[in-house]
Amino acid sequence: MLDFHKPTQVLRVGCGAGFSGDRTDAAGPVVQDLVAGLQSQGGHAVLIFETLAERTLALAQLARRTDPQAGYEPLLLDLLRPVLATCLAHGIRIVSNFGAANPRAAAQAIAQLAHDLNLTAPRIAVVWGDDVREHSEVQTLARSLPSPLVSANAYLGAQAIADALNHGAQMVVCGRVADPALTLGPALAHFGWAHDDWHALAGATMAGHLLECGAQVTGGYYADPGFKDLPDLAHVGFPIAQIEADGCCTLSKPAGTGGRIDLHTVKEQLLYEIDNPGAYITPDVVADITAAQVTQLGPDRVQLSGVQGHPRPAHLKVNLCHENGWLAEAEISYAGARAQARARLAASVVRERLPHLALRVDLIGVASLWADDAGAALAALPDQGSTDVRLRMATSHADKKMAEQLLREVTALYTCGPAGGGGVRTALRPRLGLVSCLLPRESIPSRFEMVQPLTVGAGA
Amino acid sequence: MNLASTGAMSDNMTVTMSVPLDRLAHGRTGDKGNRSNISVIAWREEFWPVLLAQVTEERVAALFATRQPTRVQRYDLPLLHAMNFVLDDVLDGGVNSALNLDSHGKSLSYWLMSLTVEVPRAWAPWLAGPA
Repeated sequence: MLDFHKPTQVLRVGCGAGFSGDRTDAAGPVVQDLVAGLQSQGGHAVLIFETLAERTLALAQLARRTDPQAGYEPLLLDLLRPVLATCLAHGIRIVSNFGAANPRAAAQAIAQLAHDLNLTAPRIAVVWGDDVREHSEVQTLARSLPSPLVSANAYLGAQAIADALNHGAQMVVCGRVADPALTLGPALAHFGWAHDDWHALAGATMAGHLLECGAQVTGGYYADPGFKDLPDLAHVGFPIAQIEADGCCTLSKPAGTGGRIDLHTVKEQLLYEIDNPGAYITPDVVADITAAQVTQLGPDRVQLSGVQGHPRPAHLKVNLCHENGWLAEAEISYAGARAQARARLAASVVRERLPHLALRVDLIGVASLWADDAGAALAALPDQGSTDVRLRMATSHADKKMAEQLLREVTALYTCGPAGGGGVRTALRPRLGLVSCLLPRESIPSRFEMVQPLTVGAGA
Repeated sequence: MNLASTGAMSDNMTVTMSVPLDRLAHGRTGDKGNRSNISVIAWREEFWPVLLAQVTEERVAALFATRQPTRVQRYDLPLLHAMNFVLDDVLDGGVNSALNLDSHGKSLSYWLMSLTVEVPRAWAPWLAGPA
Protein backbone atom coordinates (compact mmCIF):
# COMPACT_ATOMS: atom_id res chain seq x y z
CA MET A 1 0.00 0.00 0.00
CA LEU A 2 1.43 3.36 -1.02
CA ASP A 3 -1.12 5.72 0.44
CA PHE A 4 1.23 8.72 0.50
CA HIS A 5 2.92 8.19 -2.87
CA LYS A 6 2.21 11.18 -5.14
CA PRO A 7 5.61 11.99 -6.63
CA THR A 8 4.34 14.34 -9.33
CA GLN A 9 2.51 16.55 -6.85
CA VAL A 10 3.58 19.20 -4.36
CA LEU A 11 4.86 18.31 -0.88
CA ARG A 12 4.94 21.00 1.79
CA VAL A 13 6.19 20.41 5.33
CA GLY A 14 5.54 22.97 8.06
CA CYS A 15 7.09 23.13 11.49
CA GLY A 16 4.93 23.75 14.56
CA ALA A 17 7.57 23.51 17.32
CA GLY A 18 11.36 23.47 17.41
CA PHE A 19 11.99 22.25 20.95
CA SER A 20 10.24 21.09 24.08
CA GLY A 21 9.01 24.35 25.52
CA ASP A 22 8.42 26.17 22.24
CA ARG A 23 5.44 28.49 21.68
CA THR A 24 2.14 26.63 21.47
CA ASP A 25 0.47 29.25 19.25
CA ALA A 26 3.03 28.95 16.44
CA ALA A 27 1.45 26.04 14.57
CA GLY A 28 -1.87 27.81 13.91
CA PRO A 29 -0.66 30.16 11.15
CA VAL A 30 1.49 27.37 9.67
CA VAL A 31 -1.56 25.11 9.36
CA GLN A 32 -3.60 27.92 7.79
CA ASP A 33 -0.84 28.38 5.20
CA LEU A 34 -0.68 24.64 4.55
CA VAL A 35 -4.47 24.54 4.03
CA ALA A 36 -4.27 27.44 1.57
CA GLY A 37 -1.51 25.61 -0.29
CA LEU A 38 -3.54 22.41 -0.51
CA GLN A 39 -6.52 24.36 -1.84
CA SER A 40 -4.48 26.15 -4.51
CA GLN A 41 -1.95 23.47 -5.51
CA GLY A 42 -3.20 20.15 -4.13
CA GLY A 43 -0.57 17.59 -3.20
CA HIS A 44 0.37 16.76 0.37
CA ALA A 45 0.98 18.78 3.50
CA VAL A 46 2.62 17.64 6.71
CA LEU A 47 3.01 19.34 10.08
CA ILE A 48 6.00 18.37 12.20
CA PHE A 49 6.76 19.08 15.85
CA GLU A 50 10.36 18.59 17.01
CA THR A 51 10.39 18.44 20.81
CA LEU A 52 13.28 16.17 21.77
CA ALA A 53 16.69 17.57 22.65
CA GLU A 54 19.58 15.35 23.78
CA ARG A 55 18.50 15.12 27.42
CA THR A 56 14.74 15.57 27.01
CA LEU A 57 14.18 11.87 26.55
CA ALA A 58 16.01 10.95 29.76
CA LEU A 59 13.97 13.52 31.66
CA ALA A 60 10.84 11.94 30.16
CA GLN A 61 12.03 8.51 31.27
CA LEU A 62 12.40 9.85 34.82
CA ALA A 63 8.86 11.26 34.62
CA ARG A 64 7.55 7.88 33.48
CA ARG A 65 9.12 6.21 36.53
CA THR A 66 6.86 8.18 38.83
CA ASP A 67 3.78 8.05 36.56
CA PRO A 68 3.40 5.19 34.04
CA GLN A 69 1.11 7.37 31.90
CA ALA A 70 3.67 10.20 31.70
CA GLY A 71 6.93 10.31 29.77
CA TYR A 72 5.78 12.08 26.59
CA GLU A 73 6.02 15.76 25.71
CA PRO A 74 4.33 17.66 28.57
CA LEU A 75 2.94 20.29 26.18
CA LEU A 76 1.57 17.71 23.74
CA LEU A 77 -2.09 18.63 24.17
CA ASP A 78 -1.36 22.37 24.19
CA LEU A 79 0.49 22.00 20.90
CA LEU A 80 -2.19 19.89 19.21
CA ARG A 81 -5.44 21.31 20.54
CA PRO A 82 -5.41 24.47 18.36
CA VAL A 83 -4.69 22.61 15.09
CA LEU A 84 -5.87 19.01 15.34
CA ALA A 85 -9.36 19.50 13.90
CA THR A 86 -8.09 21.54 10.95
CA CYS A 87 -5.30 19.08 10.17
CA LEU A 88 -7.65 16.10 10.19
CA ALA A 89 -10.30 17.93 8.15
CA HIS A 90 -7.81 18.84 5.40
CA GLY A 91 -5.69 15.70 5.38
CA ILE A 92 -2.60 17.36 6.87
CA ARG A 93 -0.56 14.56 8.41
CA ILE A 94 1.23 15.18 11.70
CA VAL A 95 4.67 13.69 12.37
CA SER A 96 6.50 14.24 15.64
CA ASN A 97 8.94 12.86 18.18
CA PHE A 98 6.68 14.08 21.00
CA GLY A 99 6.18 10.47 22.07
CA ALA A 100 9.55 10.78 23.88
CA ALA A 101 9.83 7.92 26.41
CA ASN A 102 6.20 6.83 26.09
CA PRO A 103 4.83 7.03 22.52
CA ARG A 104 1.90 4.74 23.30
CA ALA A 105 0.70 6.99 26.12
CA ALA A 106 1.10 9.98 23.81
CA ALA A 107 -1.03 8.23 21.18
CA GLN A 108 -3.66 7.50 23.83
CA ALA A 109 -3.66 11.15 24.90
CA ILE A 110 -4.13 12.26 21.27
CA ALA A 111 -7.01 9.83 20.79
CA GLN A 112 -8.61 11.19 23.93
CA LEU A 113 -8.13 14.76 22.71
CA ALA A 114 -9.78 13.92 19.38
CA HIS A 115 -12.66 12.34 21.28
CA ASP A 116 -13.03 15.40 23.52
CA LEU A 117 -13.10 17.64 20.43
CA ASN A 118 -15.83 15.43 18.85
CA LEU A 119 -13.53 14.42 15.99
CA THR A 120 -13.51 11.08 14.20
CA ALA A 121 -10.85 8.87 15.79
CA PRO A 122 -7.60 9.51 13.87
CA ARG A 123 -5.40 6.69 12.60
CA ILE A 124 -2.34 6.99 14.84
CA ALA A 125 0.90 5.12 14.25
CA VAL A 126 3.65 4.68 16.81
CA VAL A 127 7.27 4.11 15.78
CA TRP A 128 9.14 1.50 17.80
CA GLY A 129 12.76 0.51 18.05
CA ASP A 130 14.60 3.50 19.51
CA ASP A 131 14.57 2.23 23.10
CA VAL A 132 17.61 -0.08 23.22
CA ARG A 133 17.99 -0.58 26.97
CA GLU A 134 17.68 -4.35 26.37
CA HIS A 135 20.36 -4.41 23.65
CA SER A 136 23.22 -6.66 24.81
CA GLU A 137 25.95 -4.16 23.92
CA VAL A 138 24.07 -1.39 25.72
CA GLN A 139 23.78 -3.55 28.82
CA THR A 140 27.49 -4.23 28.74
CA LEU A 141 28.23 -0.53 28.42
CA ALA A 142 25.72 0.32 31.14
CA ARG A 143 27.57 -1.90 33.61
CA SER A 144 30.69 0.22 33.11
CA LEU A 145 28.87 3.48 33.96
CA PRO A 146 29.45 5.06 37.38
CA SER A 147 25.71 5.30 38.12
CA PRO A 148 22.43 3.66 37.08
CA LEU A 149 21.22 3.91 33.48
CA VAL A 150 18.14 6.09 32.91
CA SER A 151 17.63 5.77 29.17
CA ALA A 152 19.28 4.35 26.06
CA ASN A 153 17.90 5.43 22.71
CA ALA A 154 19.07 5.01 19.16
CA TYR A 155 18.59 7.75 16.59
CA LEU A 156 16.26 6.02 14.14
CA GLY A 157 15.98 6.97 10.49
CA ALA A 158 13.01 7.92 8.34
CA GLN A 159 11.88 4.56 6.94
CA ALA A 160 9.37 3.60 9.64
CA ILE A 161 7.79 7.06 9.42
CA ALA A 162 7.46 6.71 5.64
CA ASP A 163 5.97 3.23 6.01
CA ALA A 164 3.42 4.48 8.54
CA LEU A 165 2.32 7.30 6.23
CA ASN A 166 2.04 4.90 3.32
CA HIS A 167 -0.24 2.74 5.43
CA GLY A 168 -2.61 5.60 6.04
CA ALA A 169 -1.41 7.00 9.34
CA GLN A 170 -2.78 10.49 9.94
CA MET A 171 -0.44 10.96 12.88
CA VAL A 172 2.98 9.39 13.41
CA VAL A 173 4.18 9.43 17.02
CA CYS A 174 7.89 8.74 17.50
CA GLY A 175 10.33 8.66 20.34
CA ARG A 176 13.96 9.21 19.37
CA VAL A 177 14.44 9.62 15.64
CA ALA A 178 17.04 11.80 13.95
CA ASP A 179 15.46 15.28 13.90
CA PRO A 180 15.60 15.63 10.08
CA ALA A 181 13.85 12.24 9.75
CA LEU A 182 10.60 13.98 10.71
CA THR A 183 10.83 15.74 7.33
CA LEU A 184 12.66 13.05 5.35
CA GLY A 185 10.04 10.43 6.31
CA PRO A 186 7.16 12.25 4.58
CA ALA A 187 9.41 13.09 1.59
CA LEU A 188 10.47 9.47 1.28
CA ALA A 189 6.86 8.32 1.27
CA HIS A 190 5.68 11.08 -1.06
CA PHE A 191 8.42 10.74 -3.71
CA GLY A 192 9.17 7.03 -3.27
CA TRP A 193 12.93 7.60 -3.45
CA ALA A 194 15.20 4.57 -3.44
CA HIS A 195 17.13 4.09 -0.20
CA ASP A 196 20.34 4.95 -2.08
CA ASP A 197 19.11 8.05 -3.91
CA TRP A 198 21.69 9.85 -1.79
CA HIS A 199 21.44 13.36 -3.25
CA ALA A 200 17.66 13.53 -2.93
CA LEU A 201 17.75 12.06 0.58
CA ALA A 202 20.44 14.57 1.59
CA GLY A 203 18.48 17.50 0.16
CA ALA A 204 15.34 16.60 2.10
CA THR A 205 17.47 15.92 5.18
CA MET A 206 18.84 19.46 5.07
CA ALA A 207 15.30 20.77 4.50
CA GLY A 208 14.48 18.96 7.74
CA HIS A 209 17.55 20.46 9.39
CA LEU A 210 16.36 23.96 8.45
CA LEU A 211 12.84 23.24 9.76
CA GLU A 212 13.64 21.36 12.94
CA CYS A 213 14.43 24.35 15.13
CA GLY A 214 11.26 26.21 14.24
CA ALA A 215 11.75 29.97 14.24
CA GLN A 216 15.56 29.72 14.21
CA VAL A 217 15.38 29.91 10.40
CA THR A 218 12.76 32.66 10.18
CA GLY A 219 14.45 35.27 12.34
CA GLY A 220 14.15 33.74 15.78
CA TYR A 221 17.41 33.66 17.75
CA TYR A 222 18.82 36.10 15.19
CA ALA A 223 17.88 39.67 16.09
CA ASP A 224 20.56 42.08 17.29
CA PRO A 225 19.43 45.72 17.36
CA GLY A 226 21.36 47.97 15.00
CA PHE A 227 23.10 44.99 13.40
CA LYS A 228 20.41 42.42 12.64
CA ASP A 229 17.00 44.06 12.73
CA LEU A 230 13.78 42.19 12.01
CA PRO A 231 10.09 43.04 11.90
CA ASP A 232 7.67 41.84 14.57
CA LEU A 233 9.79 39.33 16.48
CA ALA A 234 6.94 38.96 18.99
CA HIS A 235 4.93 37.14 16.31
CA VAL A 236 7.72 35.40 14.43
CA GLY A 237 6.35 32.98 11.85
CA PHE A 238 7.40 29.34 11.79
CA PRO A 239 8.85 27.83 8.62
CA ILE A 240 7.36 25.81 5.79
CA ALA A 241 9.46 23.95 3.22
CA GLN A 242 8.24 22.95 -0.21
CA ILE A 243 10.32 19.93 -1.16
CA GLU A 244 10.98 19.02 -4.80
CA ALA A 245 11.48 15.61 -6.39
CA ASP A 246 15.26 16.13 -6.47
CA GLY A 247 15.42 17.07 -2.77
CA CYS A 248 15.80 20.83 -3.28
CA CYS A 249 13.57 22.90 -1.06
CA THR A 250 12.12 26.39 -0.82
CA LEU A 251 11.47 27.92 2.58
CA SER A 252 8.65 30.33 3.34
CA LYS A 253 6.56 31.40 6.31
CA PRO A 254 2.88 32.24 6.82
CA ALA A 255 1.68 35.63 5.59
CA GLY A 256 1.14 38.16 8.34
CA THR A 257 3.70 36.66 10.71
CA GLY A 258 6.83 38.38 11.96
CA GLY A 259 10.49 37.68 11.41
CA ARG A 260 12.16 37.23 8.04
CA ILE A 261 13.55 34.56 5.76
CA ASP A 262 16.59 35.77 3.87
CA LEU A 263 20.00 34.44 2.89
CA HIS A 264 21.45 35.32 6.27
CA THR A 265 18.77 33.76 8.48
CA VAL A 266 18.97 30.59 6.37
CA LYS A 267 22.77 30.39 6.42
CA GLU A 268 22.85 30.72 10.22
CA GLN A 269 20.47 27.81 10.63
CA LEU A 270 22.07 25.74 7.87
CA LEU A 271 25.32 25.72 9.87
CA TYR A 272 23.69 25.33 13.28
CA GLU A 273 25.05 22.28 15.14
CA ILE A 274 27.08 21.24 12.11
CA ASP A 275 30.54 19.77 12.56
CA ASN A 276 32.16 18.92 9.23
CA PRO A 277 29.95 20.51 6.53
CA GLY A 278 31.09 17.80 4.13
CA ALA A 279 29.76 15.03 6.35
CA TYR A 280 26.59 15.73 8.29
CA ILE A 281 25.90 12.21 9.51
CA THR A 282 22.30 11.02 9.84
CA PRO A 283 20.89 7.47 9.94
CA ASP A 284 19.62 7.76 6.35
CA VAL A 285 22.38 9.58 4.52
CA VAL A 286 25.59 11.52 5.03
CA ALA A 287 24.73 15.01 3.81
CA ASP A 288 27.33 17.31 2.27
CA ILE A 289 26.65 21.05 2.07
CA THR A 290 30.04 22.12 0.74
CA ALA A 291 28.49 22.79 -2.69
CA ALA A 292 25.12 23.97 -1.36
CA GLN A 293 23.71 27.31 -2.46
CA VAL A 294 20.97 29.54 -1.13
CA THR A 295 18.94 31.77 -3.43
CA GLN A 296 16.44 34.48 -2.55
CA LEU A 297 13.41 33.82 -4.77
CA GLY A 298 11.28 36.60 -3.31
CA PRO A 299 10.38 38.23 0.00
CA ASP A 300 10.62 35.57 2.73
CA ARG A 301 11.31 32.87 0.13
CA VAL A 302 14.72 31.19 -0.03
CA GLN A 303 15.71 28.10 -1.97
CA LEU A 304 18.34 25.60 -0.83
CA SER A 305 19.98 23.63 -3.66
CA GLY A 306 23.18 21.76 -4.38
CA VAL A 307 23.14 19.54 -1.31
CA GLN A 308 24.94 16.30 -2.05
CA GLY A 309 24.59 12.94 -0.36
CA HIS A 310 26.92 10.08 0.46
CA PRO A 311 26.01 6.54 1.56
CA ARG A 312 24.41 6.16 4.98
CA PRO A 313 26.54 4.94 7.89
CA ALA A 314 26.66 1.27 8.86
CA HIS A 315 26.05 2.23 12.49
CA LEU A 316 23.41 4.18 14.38
CA LYS A 317 24.21 6.61 17.15
CA VAL A 318 22.91 5.67 20.59
CA ASN A 319 22.68 8.02 23.58
CA LEU A 320 22.87 6.52 27.06
CA CYS A 321 21.80 8.77 29.91
CA HIS A 322 22.70 7.89 33.48
CA GLU A 323 22.13 9.47 36.86
CA ASN A 324 24.82 12.00 37.56
CA GLY A 325 24.33 13.53 40.99
CA TRP A 326 22.88 16.94 41.73
CA LEU A 327 23.36 20.50 40.49
CA ALA A 328 22.94 23.21 43.12
CA GLU A 329 22.69 26.88 42.17
CA ALA A 330 22.11 29.85 44.45
CA GLU A 331 22.04 33.60 43.84
CA ILE A 332 21.93 36.83 45.83
CA SER A 333 22.08 40.47 44.67
CA TYR A 334 23.89 43.56 45.91
CA ALA A 335 23.19 47.15 44.83
CA GLY A 336 24.53 50.60 45.56
CA ALA A 337 27.92 51.77 46.75
CA ARG A 338 30.61 49.05 46.89
CA ALA A 339 28.09 46.45 45.60
CA GLN A 340 30.75 44.45 43.78
CA ALA A 341 33.04 44.42 46.82
CA ARG A 342 30.21 43.12 48.97
CA ALA A 343 29.32 40.44 46.41
CA ARG A 344 32.94 39.30 46.30
CA LEU A 345 33.08 39.19 50.10
CA ALA A 346 29.90 37.09 50.12
CA ALA A 347 31.50 34.61 47.70
CA SER A 348 34.62 34.31 49.83
CA VAL A 349 32.52 33.74 52.97
CA VAL A 350 30.71 30.84 51.30
CA ARG A 351 33.99 29.43 49.98
CA GLU A 352 35.48 29.53 53.48
CA ARG A 353 32.41 27.78 54.89
CA LEU A 354 32.43 25.04 52.23
CA PRO A 355 36.09 24.20 51.54
CA HIS A 356 35.18 20.61 50.63
CA LEU A 357 32.95 21.60 47.68
CA ALA A 358 34.12 22.69 44.21
CA LEU A 359 32.31 26.00 43.84
CA ARG A 360 31.77 28.06 40.72
CA VAL A 361 31.41 31.80 41.29
CA ASP A 362 29.86 34.25 38.82
CA LEU A 363 29.20 37.94 39.22
CA ILE A 364 26.31 38.46 36.85
CA GLY A 365 26.73 41.80 35.13
CA VAL A 366 30.51 41.69 35.70
CA ALA A 367 31.80 38.29 34.56
CA SER A 368 29.69 35.17 34.20
CA LEU A 369 29.04 33.36 30.91
CA TRP A 370 32.61 33.81 29.65
CA ALA A 371 34.26 33.33 33.04
CA ASP A 372 35.73 30.03 34.19
CA ASP A 373 35.14 27.40 36.88
CA ALA A 374 38.50 28.11 38.52
CA GLY A 375 37.61 31.77 38.98
CA ALA A 376 40.74 32.99 37.21
CA ALA A 377 38.86 35.54 35.08
CA LEU A 378 37.13 37.04 38.11
CA ALA A 379 40.30 37.12 40.19
CA ALA A 380 42.13 38.97 37.41
CA LEU A 381 39.34 41.52 37.02
CA PRO A 382 39.51 44.66 39.17
CA ASP A 383 36.37 45.96 40.87
CA GLN A 384 35.09 48.60 38.44
CA GLY A 385 32.69 49.97 41.00
CA SER A 386 29.54 48.28 39.68
CA THR A 387 26.47 49.26 41.63
CA ASP A 388 24.17 46.36 40.66
CA VAL A 389 25.68 42.88 40.89
CA ARG A 390 24.15 39.44 41.22
CA LEU A 391 26.31 36.77 42.81
CA ARG A 392 25.70 33.27 41.51
CA MET A 393 27.33 30.19 42.96
CA ALA A 394 27.04 26.63 41.68
CA THR A 395 28.27 23.18 42.56
CA SER A 396 27.51 19.60 41.67
CA HIS A 397 27.82 16.56 43.87
CA ALA A 398 26.83 12.91 43.80
CA ASP A 399 25.24 13.31 47.23
CA LYS A 400 22.10 15.44 47.35
CA LYS A 401 22.73 16.51 50.94
CA MET A 402 26.22 17.76 50.09
CA ALA A 403 24.87 19.80 47.15
CA GLU A 404 22.17 21.27 49.41
CA GLN A 405 24.84 22.79 51.65
CA LEU A 406 25.46 25.48 49.04
CA LEU A 407 21.81 26.49 49.03
CA ARG A 408 21.80 26.81 52.80
CA GLU A 409 25.02 28.83 52.96
CA VAL A 410 23.85 31.33 50.33
CA THR A 411 20.49 31.64 52.07
CA ALA A 412 22.27 32.30 55.36
CA LEU A 413 24.00 35.30 53.77
CA TYR A 414 20.75 37.17 54.51
CA THR A 415 21.77 37.58 58.16
CA CYS A 416 25.37 36.37 58.33
CA GLY A 417 26.82 37.83 55.12
CA PRO A 418 27.78 41.31 53.90
CA ALA A 419 25.35 44.22 54.23
CA GLY A 420 22.36 44.73 52.00
CA GLY A 421 22.13 41.42 50.15
CA GLY A 422 18.69 40.67 48.68
CA GLY A 423 16.78 38.42 46.34
CA VAL A 424 18.11 34.99 47.28
CA ARG A 425 16.94 32.27 44.89
CA THR A 426 18.05 28.66 45.07
CA ALA A 427 17.60 25.64 42.80
CA LEU A 428 18.52 21.98 43.18
CA ARG A 429 18.03 19.53 40.35
CA PRO A 430 19.21 16.05 39.37
CA ARG A 431 21.90 15.86 36.71
CA LEU A 432 22.12 13.38 33.88
CA GLY A 433 25.30 12.08 32.36
CA LEU A 434 25.39 11.31 28.65
CA VAL A 435 27.47 8.66 26.91
CA SER A 436 27.18 7.99 23.18
CA CYS A 437 28.08 4.89 21.24
CA LEU A 438 27.61 3.45 17.77
CA LEU A 439 25.79 0.16 17.18
CA PRO A 440 25.34 -1.80 13.92
CA ARG A 441 22.13 -0.68 12.22
CA GLU A 442 21.03 -4.29 11.61
CA SER A 443 20.96 -4.81 15.37
CA ILE A 444 18.40 -2.02 15.82
CA PRO A 445 15.26 -2.84 13.82
CA SER A 446 12.53 -0.21 13.73
CA ARG A 447 8.91 -0.54 12.74
CA PHE A 448 5.60 1.23 13.04
CA GLU A 449 2.42 -0.01 14.65
CA MET A 450 -1.11 1.30 14.17
CA VAL A 451 -2.43 1.76 17.68
CA GLN A 452 -6.11 2.15 16.90
CA PRO A 453 -8.68 1.39 18.01
CA LEU A 454 -8.02 2.88 21.41
CA THR A 455 -10.61 3.02 24.09
CA VAL A 456 -11.25 6.57 25.10
CA GLY A 457 -13.17 7.76 28.08
CA ALA A 458 -15.71 10.49 28.45
CA GLY A 459 -14.34 14.02 28.41
CA ALA A 460 -11.27 14.56 30.60
CA MET B 1 29.30 45.82 -6.34
CA ASN B 2 33.05 45.94 -6.11
CA LEU B 3 33.99 47.95 -3.06
CA ALA B 4 37.47 48.55 -4.42
CA SER B 5 35.96 50.64 -7.22
CA THR B 6 33.83 52.81 -4.98
CA GLY B 7 34.62 55.76 -2.85
CA ALA B 8 37.96 57.48 -2.64
CA MET B 9 40.44 54.97 -3.96
CA SER B 10 43.84 56.10 -2.98
CA ASP B 11 44.53 56.47 0.73
CA ASN B 12 41.32 54.99 2.05
CA MET B 13 41.97 51.63 0.41
CA THR B 14 45.47 51.30 1.81
CA VAL B 15 44.87 52.91 5.19
CA THR B 16 43.22 50.36 7.42
CA MET B 17 41.25 50.43 10.63
CA SER B 18 40.58 47.83 13.30
CA VAL B 19 36.99 46.72 13.81
CA PRO B 20 35.34 43.86 15.67
CA LEU B 21 34.39 40.91 13.49
CA ASP B 22 30.68 41.60 13.95
CA ARG B 23 31.02 44.58 11.57
CA LEU B 24 31.86 42.11 8.76
CA ALA B 25 30.08 38.91 9.71
CA HIS B 26 27.46 37.27 11.89
CA GLY B 27 27.23 33.83 13.41
CA ARG B 28 25.48 31.35 15.68
CA THR B 29 26.74 28.76 18.14
CA GLY B 30 25.67 25.13 18.30
CA ASP B 31 26.78 22.41 20.71
CA LYS B 32 27.21 18.66 20.89
CA GLY B 33 28.53 17.39 24.18
CA ASN B 34 31.70 19.31 25.07
CA ARG B 35 32.19 20.54 21.49
CA SER B 36 31.05 23.90 20.17
CA ASN B 37 30.53 24.97 16.58
CA ILE B 38 30.39 28.64 15.65
CA SER B 39 29.49 29.90 12.19
CA VAL B 40 31.01 33.05 10.70
CA ILE B 41 28.93 34.37 7.80
CA ALA B 42 30.09 37.35 5.74
CA TRP B 43 27.61 40.20 5.45
CA ARG B 44 28.92 40.88 1.93
CA GLU B 45 30.78 38.80 -0.64
CA GLU B 46 33.56 41.43 -0.68
CA PHE B 47 34.36 40.73 2.97
CA TRP B 48 35.03 37.04 2.38
CA PRO B 49 38.77 37.32 1.53
CA VAL B 50 39.34 39.29 4.74
CA LEU B 51 37.68 36.56 6.76
CA LEU B 52 39.78 33.89 5.05
CA ALA B 53 43.00 35.78 5.72
CA GLN B 54 42.37 37.02 9.23
CA VAL B 55 39.87 34.76 10.97
CA THR B 56 42.27 31.86 11.23
CA GLU B 57 42.35 28.76 13.41
CA GLU B 58 45.39 30.15 15.24
CA ARG B 59 43.75 33.47 16.07
CA VAL B 60 40.51 31.81 17.18
CA ALA B 61 42.41 29.34 19.37
CA ALA B 62 44.24 32.27 20.96
CA LEU B 63 40.99 34.18 21.50
CA PHE B 64 39.49 31.23 23.39
CA ALA B 65 42.73 30.38 25.22
CA THR B 66 41.13 30.53 28.68
CA ARG B 67 38.71 27.77 27.59
CA GLN B 68 41.70 25.61 26.62
CA PRO B 69 40.37 24.14 23.36
CA THR B 70 42.08 20.85 22.51
CA ARG B 71 41.41 21.42 18.81
CA VAL B 72 40.18 24.28 16.64
CA GLN B 73 39.15 23.45 13.10
CA ARG B 74 37.89 25.84 10.42
CA TYR B 75 35.75 24.60 7.55
CA ASP B 76 35.26 26.96 4.60
CA LEU B 77 32.08 27.22 2.55
CA PRO B 78 33.08 29.64 -0.22
CA LEU B 79 29.75 29.40 -2.08
CA LEU B 80 27.98 30.62 1.06
CA HIS B 81 30.76 33.06 2.05
CA ALA B 82 30.68 31.34 5.39
CA MET B 83 32.99 29.35 7.61
CA ASN B 84 32.33 26.92 10.43
CA PHE B 85 34.59 26.74 13.45
CA VAL B 86 34.59 23.59 15.55
CA LEU B 87 36.14 23.96 19.01
CA ASP B 88 36.71 20.83 21.06
CA ASP B 89 36.40 20.68 24.87
CA VAL B 90 35.48 24.33 25.41
CA LEU B 91 32.14 23.94 27.22
CA ASP B 92 33.35 23.19 30.76
CA GLY B 93 32.15 19.63 30.23
CA GLY B 94 29.05 20.49 28.23
CA VAL B 95 25.38 20.72 29.04
CA ASN B 96 25.42 17.70 31.34
CA SER B 97 28.25 18.62 33.64
CA ALA B 98 29.15 22.30 33.29
CA LEU B 99 28.66 24.63 36.24
CA ASN B 100 28.54 27.57 33.82
CA LEU B 101 25.12 29.24 33.51
CA ASP B 102 25.44 28.98 29.74
CA SER B 103 26.16 25.26 29.69
CA HIS B 104 25.35 25.08 25.95
CA GLY B 105 27.86 27.82 25.16
CA LYS B 106 25.11 29.70 23.31
CA SER B 107 26.87 33.01 23.93
CA LEU B 108 30.22 31.97 22.43
CA SER B 109 29.39 33.35 18.97
CA TYR B 110 29.56 36.83 20.48
CA TRP B 111 32.97 36.03 21.91
CA LEU B 112 34.18 35.07 18.43
CA MET B 113 32.54 38.17 16.96
CA SER B 114 34.71 40.28 19.27
CA LEU B 115 37.81 39.25 17.32
CA THR B 116 39.55 42.30 15.83
CA VAL B 117 40.08 42.47 12.07
CA GLU B 118 41.83 45.05 9.90
CA VAL B 119 39.83 46.47 7.00
CA PRO B 120 40.34 49.35 4.55
CA ARG B 121 39.09 52.62 5.97
CA ALA B 122 37.07 53.07 2.77
CA TRP B 123 34.83 50.18 3.77
CA ALA B 124 33.38 52.11 6.71
CA PRO B 125 30.03 52.86 5.01
CA TRP B 126 29.48 49.19 4.17
CA LEU B 127 30.19 47.69 7.57
CA ALA B 128 27.32 46.39 9.70
CA GLY B 129 26.18 48.35 12.71
CA PRO B 130 26.18 52.06 13.50
CA ALA B 131 28.70 54.02 11.41
